[in-house]
Amino acid sequence: MGQLRWRGSILSLRFFVYTSTLILLLILPFLLSPFDLILLEYGLALALVGLGFNLLLRYTGLLSFGHGAYFATGAYTVAMVGRYIPELYSLEMLLPLSVLFSFIVSFVFGFICVRHTRIFFAILTLSLSMLVFALLFKLYHITGGSDGLYIPIPSVFGMVFNRRPDFLSGFFYYFLVFVFVVGFLFMKAVVNSPFGKALQAIRDNEIRAELVGIRVKRYRLYAFVISGIFTGVGGTLWSFVNGHVTPEVAHWFFSGEIVYMVLLGGFANFEGPIIGAIVFTFLKLYAMSFTEYWMFIIGITLIILVLLLPTGIAGGIYRLITEIRKRKTLSGI
Amino acid sequence: MILSVEKLEKQFGSLKAIDGVSFGIREREIVSLIGSNGAGKTTLVNLISGYLKPTAGRIFFDGKDITYASPFKRVKLGIGRSFQIVHLFEEAAVLENVRTPLFARYRRIKSILWPADSYVDITREAIGILKLFNLYDKKDSPAKELSEGEKKILDVAMAFALKPRLLLLDEPTSGVATHDKFNVMNTIVSAIRKEGISALIIEHDMDIVSNYSDNVLVIHEGRIMAEGKPEDIMQNKEVRETILGIQ
Repeated sequence: MGQLRWRGSILSLRFFVYTSTLILLLILPFLLSPFDLILLEYGLALALVGLGFNLLLRYTGLLSFGHGAYFATGAYTVAMVGRYIPELYSLEMLLPLSVLFSFIVSFVFGFICVRHTRIFFAILTLSLSMLVFALLFKLYHITGGSDGLYIPIPSVFGMVFNRRPDFLSGFFYYFLVFVFVVGFLFMKAVVNSPFGKALQAIRDNEIRAELVGIRVKRYRLYAFVISGIFTGVGGTLWSFVNGHVTPEVAHWFFSGEIVYMVLLGGFANFEGPIIGAIVFTFLKLYAMSFTEYWMFIIGITLIILVLLLPTGIAGGIYRLITEIRKRKTLSGI
Repeated sequence: MILSVEKLEKQFGSLKAIDGVSFGIREREIVSLIGSNGAGKTTLVNLISGYLKPTAGRIFFDGKDITYASPFKRVKLGIGRSFQIVHLFEEAAVLENVRTPLFARYRRIKSILWPADSYVDITREAIGILKLFNLYDKKDSPAKELSEGEKKILDVAMAFALKPRLLLLDEPTSGVATHDKFNVMNTIVSAIRKEGISALIIEHDMDIVSNYSDNVLVIHEGRIMAEGKPEDIMQNKEVRETILGIQ
């Protein structure tokens, strides 16, 4: 009974935090400077990537070092359509197209990768993303090579925006929040569904999962594709904020940043990757503006994180709340 | 016969682990498989559950030839198994461990948008199974926190949730404290008997074999050495000398 009440209070606290965060997100454009608002937009786009990435890491037990490939797919879909099929260059067309292309790429790559686990899976995902990087880098006449491609401001149902700052601080911000909330709710439903439980069963014991009637490789592929689509959509939204895309987003270094931000936020908690993505975006940008040795700061943060907060920021917060609640219960408050 | 094995052989390189084994298990019958270490007991169970493919011979389940069917297909046909070293979803709650096979059995495992908790019928059935196996009180505990005996029972309960017609149990009391062995077997066997399931149990403890089996199969160096009622097997001179080490 006490455990039920405890779970209930955690759930109601979660609901309170979610609602307050949503309200805060809606009023933030009036509180933040344009620069910080753009940073938040980068963070929200990366939060979608983090949610997708964590479906594989936390819930399926697969560590990918190649999520840059799907991020690049989403970002380059926008860039290529802008360059080669400008008549389709509108937000309502670009988003479904990025879902389609992310689906195709993640399905093909996933089909190859899910036959393996652990280090073999990680290396395969890394290798395939470097293949994408090499193609984007070498096919200069199509992809713009190392110069990358410009991302124009998209139209939205015939509405045209002339200045990027106006677009980013107005319509696009709320659109981004909308996509983030839909993605968040969808992923929340997935991890709590029987399908999500099947993924966790595969993570815990794949021999047993097969024996209870779960087709392990097929379910890993489903998770891989959902994860890839989330990352692709994140890449698409990120590209509008950035205004330019280069092959670096397909490089393993960028995939490593995705791993880093999820660890920073805490992969053991559903909300961890979101916190990690936003904190990482601000940390990186402010570190870069502070010193040219910004990677030193990032490295130090990672060491502190591993030593003091192995469960990430979200894990630390959750532990703190649990501790406070336990003390309150013990003292009879 | 629910299971019929005919002239089964399995060769690993030059070693013949299973050499022309034939036997059958009737509906609702509990058969114990005994033999010394390396006799081929686990190999035989792996052949029946599909984890190994035989070199020769046939396996029939309910009249269907399943010799080369995948483990997944055999599960669907109604062959469940537990392991010598338990295979649980260690991080998940005990209830989740039983609910997951039920989702698979009722083809709800692909449902992606509705929370697992909203499937009330499946949760109710899972709770029923936990009660049957005396694990209801532990339903919210992570499986990794159970005692060794409870883990063994949960392992069988998970196989049981698939509503098998034949259960293959690989040493269900190994690793369980001596005083707890009969509790574990009482719980497992009463659930099996209640549901009218057939079972093939690998077991070393002759007290357990004679208390819970309808029939005993003795395997030695890959061949069936003897077959019969527990009391007959206990009197068999060759079995007593070779397997039980009694003069």
